[in-house]
Amino acid sequence: MKIAQKLNGEVVFHVKGVTKTYQMGEVEVHALRGVDLNLYRGEFTVLLGASGSGKSTLLNILGGLDTPTTGQVLYGKQDLTLADEHALTEYRRYHVGFVFQFYNLIPSLTARENVAVVTEISKAPMTPEDALVLVGLGNRMDHFPAQLSGGEQQRVAIARAIAKNPDVLLCDEPTGALDSQTGIMVLEALQRVNESLGTTTAVITHNAGIAQMANRVIHLTDGLISDIHVNAQRVQPNQLSW
Amino acid sequence: MNALDKKLWRELWAMRLQALAIAMVIVSGVAIFIMSLSTLDSLTKTRDNYYRDNHFADVFATLKRAPLSLVPRIEKIPGVDKVETRVLAYINLDVADFNDPISGHLISLPDNNSRGLLNQVHLRSGRLFEPGRDNEVLLSDEFVKAHELKAGDKIFATINGRRKALTVVGTALSPEYIYQIAPGAMFPDYQRYGVLWMARTPLASAYDMKGAFNNISLTLSKGAHSEDVIDRLDDILRPYGSIGAIARKDQLSNRFLTEELKQQNTIATVFPIIFFSVAAFLLNVVISRLISLEREQIATLKAFGYSNLSIGLHYIKLVLMIVSIGIIIGIGAGTWMGIGMSNIYMHFYSLPYMIYTLKPQVIFFAAFISVLVAILGTLFAVYKAAKLAPAQGMRAEQPTIYHTTVIERLGLQRFFSQPSRMILRNIERRPFKSLLTTLGISMACGIMMVGGFQEGAINQMIDVQYNMSQREDIIALYAEPTSQKSLYSLRNLQGVEYVEGFRNVSAKLSFEHRSYRTSVNGIPQSSQLMRLLNTDLKEIDLPEKGVILTDYLAELLHIKPGDMLTIEVLEGQRTTLQVPVIGTAKQYLGANVYLQQKMLNRLLKEGSIISGALLKVDERDQSLVYNKLKEMPRIAGVIEQRSAIKGFYETMNESILFFTFISTLLGGSIAFGVVYNSMRIALSERNRELASLRVLGFHRSEIAYILLGEQFLLTLVAIPLGFLIGYGLCAYLASQFESDLYRIPLVLSPQVYSFAALVVIASSLISAIMIWRNLAHLDMVAALKAKE
Repeated sequence: MKIAQKLNGEVVFHVKGVTKTYQMGEVEVHALRGVDLNLYRGEFTVLLGASGSGKSTLLNILGGLDTPTTGQVLYGKQDLTLADEHALTEYRRYHVGFVFQFYNLIPSLTARENVAVVTEISKAPMTPEDALVLVGLGNRMDHFPAQLSGGEQQRVAIARAIAKNPDVLLCDEPTGALDSQTGIMVLEALQRVNESLGTTTAVITHNAGIAQMANRVIHLTDGLISDIHVNAQRVQPNQLSW
Repeated sequence: MNALDKKLWRELWAMRLQALAIAMVIVSGVAIFIMSLSTLDSLTKTRDNYYRDNHFADVFATLKRAPLSLVPRIEKIPGVDKVETRVLAYINLDVADFNDPISGHLISLPDNNSRGLLNQVHLRSGRLFEPGRDNEVLLSDEFVKAHELKAGDKIFATINGRRKALTVVGTALSPEYIYQIAPGAMFPDYQRYGVLWMARTPLASAYDMKGAFNNISLTLSKGAHSEDVIDRLDDILRPYGSIGAIARKDQLSNRFLTEELKQQNTIATVFPIIFFSVAAFLLNVVISRLISLEREQIATLKAFGYSNLSIGLHYIKLVLMIVSIGIIIGIGAGTWMGIGMSNIYMHFYSLPYMIYTLKPQVIFFAAFISVLVAILGTLFAVYKAAKLAPAQGMRAEQPTIYHTTVIERLGLQRFFSQPSRMILRNIERRPFKSLLTTLGISMACGIMMVGGFQEGAINQMIDVQYNMSQREDIIALYAEPTSQKSLYSLRNLQGVEYVEGFRNVSAKLSFEHRSYRTSVNGIPQSSQLMRLLNTDLKEIDLPEKGVILTDYLAELLHIKPGDMLTIEVLEGQRTTLQVPVIGTAKQYLGANVYLQQKMLNRLLKEGSIISGALLKVDERDQSLVYNKLKEMPRIAGVIEQRSAIKGFYETMNESILFFTFISTLLGGSIAFGVVYNSMRIALSERNRELASLRVLGFHRSEIAYILLGEQFLLTLVAIPLGFLIGYGLCAYLASQFESDLYRIPLVLSPQVYSFAALVVIASSLISAIMIWRNLAHLDMVAALKAKE
């Protein structure tokens, strides 16, 4: 495993035989049909797949938002599939940072307060101000979500995700709702965090262009991993073809 | 303040109108709870203090005449503490420039310038008697006010057949006459009935009571039983013409007060229950909606590691903030209403003062119940929010599942437009919520009916009692039973159209182990002035043999037609009779026995003797008749009910207005709270749908129809249901307020129904107007852009 050697080889996530089936109204959806995967410390991974390929489900399971129907997910030595509600909450609180496609900011709180919601319950967070400066929003801290552009809102969401100094950063279509220019600013923010803090980062997208900035690209098709590709040369976000 | 708490404050501000609408319902519940309980406590405390400070007696007895030498024997009865004898007379009074008959009780006070040993008067103004002056009187405060008298004024009394001028030296109140009514009357009439106090020596000499008494009251020592003392006392006093002693609980004024306290207690239970359940329902719908709007926020917070508990507490805090507003305003409003009510009571009852009592535990309990009910009402919604798996919260909510409605399954859809079908489907989709909304509005309607019910009930009571049943203009009470022939002199008075005599005696009735003390009334066989009515208010013929009982009395004794009633006469020969019960008569006031006068005379083994007369008088000659009656020495008192009723209405009008105002406010607050909140929620739930329709070219009025039509339909269903609830509430209250003193008829006039319906419709309209303004701001572009 070349990539494992390159990234000092420490496995953060070990996913084995994971399936997920859920009920959508009267339809049974097989979102994951048996996924095996390792993610390594400090790695920037892109999960690529069409809509409905199961990538969001996989990310949710990694983040402790959902549990697999069968299979095993290890975070370090902790088996997430055996964790109860309380343990999952603790896991999310201290280890994971989330970025969502639709930002999911709390509309009644300012940018600073949205970040504070997370820092208030973390063990060793950075200040909300530092986190916002890191994503280039030092001058917009007291604006409410409705007063911010989409790209700005997403950067607040990133600031919120990284402010707790998480071990892993999970991003679900972080640029999905943005135009290419703002999308690139968001990706730059993500890359900066990955490089400066060494946070293991997994980004979901259906935009193949983004894949070029990753260490590794994992393709999902119909709930299965169809291909894993290692980028020999990573491309800077501002060089990406959208 | 942490970030989540800031979110809370901002959200509360954003939903301030809805929160206020809910808070108002809680305000109503808390306020009525505090009002009725504090009024109850105030009245109880005031009464207890007044009774204690003025040494209100425990046992009372009236008799013909007994020597004072009897007193040591009475004092020796085990359990007797203090004894006071008095001379008491029922007299006719005359006040300058007032032509109607006035009667009064003249009561002796000790000569030694004291307020008496027991039943001490409370001197309101002026002074007690000066020794040696035998024409000085204290007058009851209410009477003095009604006639605008002042110290030094003279009034005239017919004392033992002789007219005497009396000088008013002061005004007083007495714990014996908190509810101050003439014998046989139902309502207080301060112009036509008064209580007077006079020094004992002049009063005793006027009535030949030197060294004697005709009234006695006594207090009991701790632990003594009034029944035992009464038995012993009756044994001693029977030979002296006592009709039997009574305990404090049977003392008339005290009984009216006790009934009033009982009613307050019922009000304190029934109404808060309604308000608190509506508040719980409203909080449930509003918080559920808020939570479903914040599904994603909750999921996000959970994704960041917030625990179920902290998310649950977050929403509970919001509920508590709304409830706290309600509690704080409710305590203020309740205290204000309680003071208002207590003051109405202080004036309605002759109380010297009112100790307004608001116990901390009442406030605490009101707050506790509000909080408890609110939390219970929202617990499920909050629990669901906390339990929501974060990944699931992040996914779009499933499109709500609609079905075709009953109407469509019946193939009736061609009668309904698409928008109407949307209304029906929406109602049918959530039948439970629709039902609760309807129920909430019905409650509002029902509560308002209670406010209007009182007036109609009193009208009916008076109509049945005084227009249909007792049709006389004047009752003349004889000092002593007199021959029937005395009616001739009455019949010959100018202006008298019709006269009937009646005979009544005090008696103790018993059937099986139950007994009741009342008067037995002998009336002419086909009386024109005293008619007995059946349940349908049709006249009943008095039977040749046997008696008719007030319906309530029959229930009280568990006696039915065909049973034999035992009548123990408490006057004269004190005979005990057995008579068959023939039927019952509908009466709202009192509890009496009726039979033919001839039969009563026969049973009492006396000739044609009457106790008084009923007179029908030409209105123009009424004062002439009064004046003549006053001159007749055998007539002890003259009662004229009609003006008493008029006076009562005047007193009642003020408090009826107060009640109507309050119940409208309360009912309106519920109606508005329920309708406004369900419209707001419907608007928020269907924001996108309605905006899309606007994009498709619907007018504001058309989408308003879809949104508001549903609420109006529910309101229309709620009104008849509300009528039922209101009727039920009134029936419950009427049954709770029932006593042998009076029964409240369940009569609800069309005005009561229409007023209640009107307030509900008005509240809905106000809500609709407020929502109509929101509909103007529907953002069509944003609605289409937003994600599902």
